[in-house]
Amino acid sequence: MSGNAFKQVGARGLILNEDLLWEKGKKGRSGMSLPESGLPPASLPAELAGTGPDWPDLSEQEVARHYTRLSTWNFGVDTGMYPLGSCTMKYNPKINEAMAALPGFAQAHPLLPAEATQGELRLLHELETYLAEIVGLKAASLQPGAGAHGELCGMLMIAAYHRHHGHRKTKVLLPDTAHGTNPASASMCGFSEVKVPLGPKGFMERSAIEKLMDDDVAGLMVTNPNTLGLFECELAEIIELVHQRGGLVYADGANLNAIMGYADLGKMGVDVVHYNVHKTLSTPHGGGGPGAGPVAVGETLLPYLPGPRVVKNGDRYEWNEDLPLSIGRMHSFYGQFRVLVRAYAYILSMGAELKKASALAVLNANYIKEKLKGTFELPFDQPCMHECVFTDAKQQPYKISTLDIAKGLIDMGFHPPTVFFPLVVSNAIMIEPTETESKEDIDAFIAAMLEIARKAESSPETLTSAPVMTKVRRLDETTAARHPRLTGDMR
Amino acid sequence: MRYLPHTPEDIWEMLDVVGAKDLDDLFETIPASCRRERPLDLPAPMSEWELSRHIESLAAKSGGDWQVFLGAGSQAHHIPVLVPYLASRSEFVTSYTPYQPEMSQGTLQAIFEFQTLISRLTGLEVTNASMYDGSTALAEAALMAQRVTKKSTLAVSALIHPHWRQVLETYLAPRQDVTLITLPMSSDGRTDCSPLKDCEAPAALLLQSPNFLGVFEDIPAAAQAVHAAGGLLVSSFSEPFALGLAKSPGSLGADIVCGEAQSLGLSQGFGGPTLGVMSCKMDYVRQIPGRLVGQTEDLDGQRGFVLTLSTREQHIRRSRAVSNICSNAGHCALTAAMFMAAIGGSGFRKTAQVNLDLAEYCKKGLSEIGFRPLSTAPTFNEFALHAPAGFAAVHKKLQERNILAGLSLARWYPDISDLSDTWLFGVTETKTKADIDALLAALRQEVRS
Repeated sequence: MSGNAFKQVGARGLILNEDLLWEKGKKGRSGMSLPESGLPPASLPAELAGTGPDWPDLSEQEVARHYTRLSTWNFGVDTGMYPLGSCTMKYNPKINEAMAALPGFAQAHPLLPAEATQGELRLLHELETYLAEIVGLKAASLQPGAGAHGELCGMLMIAAYHRHHGHRKTKVLLPDTAHGTNPASASMCGFSEVKVPLGPKGFMERSAIEKLMDDDVAGLMVTNPNTLGLFECELAEIIELVHQRGGLVYADGANLNAIMGYADLGKMGVDVVHYNVHKTLSTPHGGGGPGAGPVAVGETLLPYLPGPRVVKNGDRYEWNEDLPLSIGRMHSFYGQFRVLVRAYAYILSMGAELKKASALAVLNANYIKEKLKGTFELPFDQPCMHECVFTDAKQQPYKISTLDIAKGLIDMGFHPPTVFFPLVVSNAIMIEPTETESKEDIDAFIAAMLEIARKAESSPETLTSAPVMTKVRRLDETTAARHPRLTGDMR
Repeated sequence: MRYLPHTPEDIWEMLDVVGAKDLDDLFETIPASCRRERPLDLPAPMSEWELSRHIESLAAKSGGDWQVFLGAGSQAHHIPVLVPYLASRSEFVTSYTPYQPEMSQGTLQAIFEFQTLISRLTGLEVTNASMYDGSTALAEAALMAQRVTKKSTLAVSALIHPHWRQVLETYLAPRQDVTLITLPMSSDGRTDCSPLKDCEAPAALLLQSPNFLGVFEDIPAAAQAVHAAGGLLVSSFSEPFALGLAKSPGSLGADIVCGEAQSLGLSQGFGGPTLGVMSCKMDYVRQIPGRLVGQTEDLDGQRGFVLTLSTREQHIRRSRAVSNICSNAGHCALTAAMFMAAIGGSGFRKTAQVNLDLAEYCKKGLSEIGFRPLSTAPTFNEFALHAPAGFAAVHKKLQERNILAGLSLARWYPDISDLSDTWLFGVTETKTKADIDALLAALRQEVRS
């Protein structure tokens, strides 16, 4: 089969409607066994006693059907290719789910004594060691609850470092390719944002930092590879400069999937980096979390890691709470434990083959870039890492926009790439295939993109009216924001 | 490797298209100053069978088989098989944040329903799509109250979960403009709100009800006091089942309600992942952090759902966003919605009653063998008691039998002398009367010996 022949992935299918939960059921039904105490009923004083929430009563089968039908309106990595740039939607191994669900872990109370929970403590300790090793840093903390929380943790550590050293630092340098979470995290730590302009080749240049770096700058936040999918090749020199002027460097690990085994963040001089385990380490995103956002640090920030920390004494694992410089707790307990079990299982399944995962992720992205660059505008034509960024410039003459291209892909059975990000590229289309997509699937995606380019010329209305194969068509987001309806009837 | 589909032929063909001679050639743009020299020092890759044998051996040393008479922010409740079974459908598990609503209506409707069911629980009109956990929900609620009131002082009850207060302090550490006032415990185990009188312009009073000692706070009095001073009442919770029997915090005057909803169908999992929730009045919707799902219509007028009011969020507003949060605990929220649907309003109330009955039975039983309740104030599930002399040794002995009989509060509250000999216990519907009788018998036996 020719690599570029388009073959429709989607087929006709029966989509069932399903009401909202409270439009179903009848009072008195129950979807689960209810307990009996066999004791005389106790009661609350009248001023406290209420009637309980007005939730619908449904049978077990009603609940099963409700959510099964809803699930069929969703699209996941298990459904099809999900080349969402900067989100690393790789395959989520099923053994990891089974490991996270082991009753021993699922039923463990977090305040059991350390001697009763040696299994969890060992797992956490080993995972910290692996995470530090993969990026080439000294130690890690697993507490942050998601990537953005890891960013916040990193910036809180940088703020604590400067406070402890009596520095008064008010600003943070941020390249304009950064994810929105970076400036938001900096701002939560009281820092104001200084924008670092993008160089003409698509990465930051030392000369730009030279101009902006002064005594008020607490540090630099940098994503490497950046959100254009390009390696920040002047980063080591930039970091040296930031350090010379008393700043620290936070690396956003959103794109770590490109460089495992190839880049050394410790050697670059990075002080703290976060991981998105739902990206790099294959834990499922779940439609909006839970993720986990561990941070790894070098020597400088090690004393500031969140506490408590797991320590190994001989054969025994213990909690250490005696951490005078620690920023303190970031989580109710020790982090998103059962998400971390999945990340641990993934690392043990891959071992040093993580390097090969990065290599194939980069190969897939470059292959797509080469195959599409004649048809779609490629603003930075150079070797990319794990993702490539196109625009709609070549389709605009036919009045087809990035949004139409995305919606057209849906009808063809693909999740669209990330669109309109990064902001430095007008109408960006950011494609990240990941390493787990086979050459056949990548070819099918390329064929679909080429078919869209043909349709843009020959039948643009099929794109502007897309999607038509989904449960609902394009939705009115303006009205949703103007007249917010955030709950069903409140009773 | 089973997760990497490329055959050698695939790799050659693709390298040829790209114009690279081998895989390492793809990384030429990484300069020597950034390049890793030594190989990854990780264990050799494990097969699925080696991996499960190894991790099962860790899970065998996890404490998951203990008899635990404690909540303290992590609650044991029955979870019907239906819930994890449905929640594991991979269309839910393997999807991303619903940026493309036409192919994410399953997640979006489920989260819209979650928002509605939680709003009906908390008694406030707006609920977001979730926060990481109870502690971060509390910290974000405090920051939100500061934004709403444009004031900075926070009066925080000492009886909010100590870990949650620590997380709040972590979040506030770089903010020099914030004053934190701790409200002490009064003799009845409730929060003493009287220091609020001397507090100039508070942004918020932060409570937990039932509090860390299991005691219901006087929410109407707290609301009145803080509203009179021009601040908001943030009422948090760690045990939503209490609201099966008690009036909702929203109906009693809370402006923001936040908390931990792990009780709603999520396993304890050594503390995570769990489910942070946050609700507020519609007036403050522009200041709530996190994702919100709203109802709308498609081109054909069909009902549908989208993420909405995103101008609050980091990807639009960047440094001026209300928070940096994006991914939250979405799948935990979905699971909780499934649980709420399965248990139903009637079942929730009935189960809450069973929790209350069993906890009261246990409290009474302990009182009969030398323990003395901290106060007579009403509690739910959890309760604090002064222990008889020598109980610490007994507690340790029971640990040898894999029983966790409560938690010493002395270490958690070194500053409150009233709690120096006090222990926190917790009982839910997962314990039977026979389990409690067995605990009491074991205690009697150990106390005697």
